Amino acid sequence: MVNSGGGTVAVTEAQVWGWLADVSDPEVPVLSVLDLGIVRAVRLDAASGHLTIVITPTYSGCPAMDVIGTEIRLRLAAEGIGPQQLTLENQLSPAWTTDWLSAEGRRKLTAYGIAPPAEQAAGRVRALFGDSPVVQCPHCGSNQTQLLSQFGSTACKALYQCQDCREPFDYFKCH
Amino acid sequence: METITSAPETPSAIQQQRLQFVLQLADTSLVLGHRLSEWCGHGPVLEQDIAMANIGLDFLGEARSYYQYAAELEGAGRTEDELAFLRAATEYRNPLLVEQPNGDFAATVLRQFLFDSYHLPFLEALRAGPDEKLAAIAEKSVKEAAYHRQWSAEWVIRLGDGTPESRRRLDGALRDFWRYTAELTTPAPAETALADLGLAPNLDDVRALQQAHIAEVFAEATLPLPASGVAQKGGKTGRHSEHLGYLLAELQYMQRAYPGLKW
Repeated sequence: MVNSGGGTVAVTEAQVWGWLADVSDPEVPVLSVLDLGIVRAVRLDAASGHLTIVITPTYSGCPAMDVIGTEIRLRLAAEGIGPQQLTLENQLSPAWTTDWLSAEGRRKLTAYGIAPPAEQAAGRVRALFGDSPVVQCPHCGSNQTQLLSQFGSTACKALYQCQDCREPFDYFKCH
Repeated sequence: METITSAPETPSAIQQQRLQFVLQLADTSLVLGHRLSEWCGHGPVLEQDIAMANIGLDFLGEARSYYQYAAELEGAGRTEDELAFLRAATEYRNPLLVEQPNGDFAATVLRQFLFDSYHLPFLEALRAGPDEKLAAIAEKSVKEAAYHRQWSAEWVIRLGDGTPESRRRLDGALRDFWRYTAELTTPAPAETALADLGLAPNLDDVRALQQAHIAEVFAEATLPLPASGVAQKGGKTGRHSEHLGYLLAELQYMQRAYPGLKW
């Protein structure tokens, strides 16, 4: 139960997860915070009705985190859950990984023109040069693509170019 | 009265050393991140301009996590912003290398390479340490540091084994910056005290890994490994080069001119 002004509103954790699906990443608006895997826990205290949401940043310096926090607060405020009833916790460990992107998230990324991570981040060993995975062009589907820079338009993306259609594109890099 | 035995470390003394250590890590990341941000809009090509801004942002994020933790350890009501914006240069504890001016692209690449070759093994050791907060910050940053190290190593190889001009510039950077490398793995008093208690990474181990990486990349870049030579240090104990004051003057300007300003 969550107290909201005069009356009380019955809320379940499942409902909260449903509302969070409406909150999108400001830098990749086709992805919800759930697709990204950055919501780590939703805890509803049955006695007090207090709600705790645990989120984790994609990158240490991700400038979107403050905006995402505000968007979550606004979405829940629309359901009558005010700032006194909500705690947003920022958790660093376990560190976010692209392995947590949902299958639906990967599909949405491709449709949006961003190539999803091409390999598992877990257990990945990096060498110098030449260890780039095969990344498929999200525009024409070609596998003939080339890494232009490991650091792209945002912290989570690398910059690639397709050798066939010549279009540059963002790649959501393994992390 | 004659003191016979040295006093055992009191909890408050250890707490003070932990604070100094975390501040040193915070200052290091902030100052290097700020130096990288100075490239924004001035990079040799757009992709590398963006790369340096991205790497700078990672350092800024890492610095924030450390400052937040330092504020908590200090417990004196100071915030992360006050620690970053209202401490004088002599209170800063970053090693001298990271405050050195950017110079040309080769100089920035080399400074970054020398730092990254230390940063990655340092974070791996920190991640395995007993301080859960620091381990969590390191776990987050270690993945970013791996990308940084790959970027700077690849550029050292390209420039070292590149054209006579790129080699000339990298040689010049090496002459300027090599002397600051040893300080990274020379423990400050707080690091020595904490490492003895198992609360901070053993920098001898970090140095061995750093040197192995430098040797591997320099071999591929056809760069001879410099003789040890003169080692310049002092930043970790607050004795800085003249460059840090100018950097902080710019970094801290808004909070100094308009105390308490928020946006």
